[in-house]
Amino acid sequence: MFNLRILNHPILDFPKQEKVKFTLDGKEMEGVAGEPIAAALYASGVKILSHSQKQHRPRGIFCAIGNCSSCLMTVDGVPNVRVCVEPLRAGMAVEIQEGKGKVI
Amino acid sequence: MNALPSEERLAKGPVAVFECLQQIPCNPCAEACPRKAITVEHMNDCPSLNEALCNGCGVCMSKCPGLSIFVVDATYEQNKGLVKIPYEFFPLPKENQMVDALNRSGECVGLAEVVRVQVSPNKTNIIWLALPKQMIMEVRAIRLREEEHHG
Amino acid sequence: MMKKEILVIGAGPAGLMAAIHAAETGAQVLLVERAEGLGGQLIKQTHKFFGSKAEYAGDRGIDIAAKLIDWSKKLSNIMIWTKATVLGIYPDGVVTISHEGKFTLVKPEKIIVATGAAEKTMAFPNNDLPGIYGAGAAQTLMNVHSVLPGKRMLMVGAGNIGVIVAYQLMQAGVKVVGVVEAAPQIGGYRVHAAKLQRNGVPIYTSHSIKAAHGTEVLEGVTICKLDEKWQPIEGSERYIAIDGLCLSVGLTPLTELLWQAGCKMEFINELGGYVPLRDANMMTTNSNIFIAGDVAGVEEASAAMIEGKLAGLYVAAMLGHQKDWFLQDFQLAKQQLSALRSGPASAKVCVGLSKAILEEVV
Repeated sequence: MFNLRILNHPILDFPKQEKVKFTLDGKEMEGVAGEPIAAALYASGVKILSHSQKQHRPRGIFCAIGNCSSCLMTVDGVPNVRVCVEPLRAGMAVEIQEGKGKVI
Repeated sequence: MNALPSEERLAKGPVAVFECLQQIPCNPCAEACPRKAITVEHMNDCPSLNEALCNGCGVCMSKCPGLSIFVVDATYEQNKGLVKIPYEFFPLPKENQMVDALNRSGECVGLAEVVRVQVSPNKTNIIWLALPKQMIMEVRAIRLREEEHHG
Repeated sequence: MMKKEILVIGAGPAGLMAAIHAAETGAQVLLVERAEGLGGQLIKQTHKFFGSKAEYAGDRGIDIAAKLIDWSKKLSNIMIWTKATVLGIYPDGVVTISHEGKFTLVKPEKIIVATGAAEKTMAFPNNDLPGIYGAGAAQTLMNVHSVLPGKRMLMVGAGNIGVIVAYQLMQAGVKVVGVVEAAPQIGGYRVHAAKLQRNGVPIYTSHSIKAAHGTEVLEGVTICKLDEKWQPIEGSERYIAIDGLCLSVGLTPLTELLWQAGCKMEFINELGGYVPLRDANMMTTNSNIFIAGDVAGVEEASAAMIEGKLAGLYVAAMLGHQKDWFLQDFQLAKQQLSALRSGPASAKVCVGLSKAILEEVV
């Protein structure tokens, strides 16, 4: 498992934060409560968040600020969640979304 | 543009060198200098230094947003000059450590000894480098020898 | 329906300054921000700002954000809503807002739109691979969420954002293999480029990305040289292995609300795209709607802050809130903005602004 967390930074202070557990397609993962789900995934080396509707192209973060729709995933059964701004909570079930996701 | 310190002034001791490279709206150096040695009359002017007032203290170096001010001292030792550079990377070098001395193009032109590391509260730290005198107007960066920055 | 004297949309540097300076005159302000926190793009800016004392020169963006946020919270006549997205501005002056999931109506007397700008993208094969980010996204990941966006990265664009973020990537511990810039010269401040070059990061001018490569995630790019007509030179292709690519190819103002409100808009390349026409006091063709910051034209945080102050002061004065110091403060702000824009670095923006400014009515 990758760890891409920055621990020491020459300008910023990153205090150690408590981790919470969540799942990605049923697999147990860890992240900081309150950080965007996408940040928790990228920190663990998971960069593929969905596959596009027609050509099943892998998609990940592009804008990281909620503008572009590149990061849509299904969270706790709700599709099209912008995980680059959605805060992580303990126990969340996150799924890699295929296309537009299922509403019903 | 940027005036280099005169030969006369270099022979007297540490002095600040400004490498702003172009006119941009900026004047924190003038505000920061405790001896009022720096003038930026109109905001887009490059700084003008009163060589007699400047003592090479380096306060302006920490404040400069462009990290483009350096202090050079041609009188440091008989065979060695001193260059102070701003440094915002981890890990910081340690005193007495030998480092690669880089020119403005990032090419290694020799070795320098870290004489002092001033950790600044605003995180623009200042590193004092002792190196061959003829390199003081050339060396503007360092590369740590055992490990890269931390990647 | 809530009534308010002044609604400020967006709590980045422009919006914060607008809200603060309007509130200091005694006006009642509602400051609305769609993100969870205030500060806009300032919260990622770890570098020190240029300008003069009035624009907090020498301070890091993150510290300026903290000062402005602190100041705005101390003013009891600023009501702050976060996680609040403004959905529309209607002809009858009603503004619809989604606030923490609830649909709300507000009727402000005056509105200051400070919604900023968004990053553009670039067209090339496989530009949608995970690992390809806007430069701002890389900043958000590393400076706000302490996550490395990659281990070995290339920056596209040597404007200020490109050269600043390339340096910040280095500070985060990323190996930056270079910066490519399509133009024959570096667009950003030379001092930013100098910081990269003296640390061994090459800046390839007249170069661009031909294609990105990778099966599931980014694995590398092919760069190529461009001729004087900006066309790729055959045979100049070079493959570079990287796991992250940052695109810093310009920003475009986020003007949807202004279009909807019927403000007269014009496409002005020098300002980043479609912008509303305005007078010298930041008023659009709708006398109840003002603008400040990047939404008025892509520039710098320093200009955004002063435009915000101008708009805040002027709007408050229109509503009858005018302290003794108003005229002096207002004139001073105009002078500061002029001074910021008087150098060669602002030439392009000034050309843009000359096309955007309506004749002053007063």
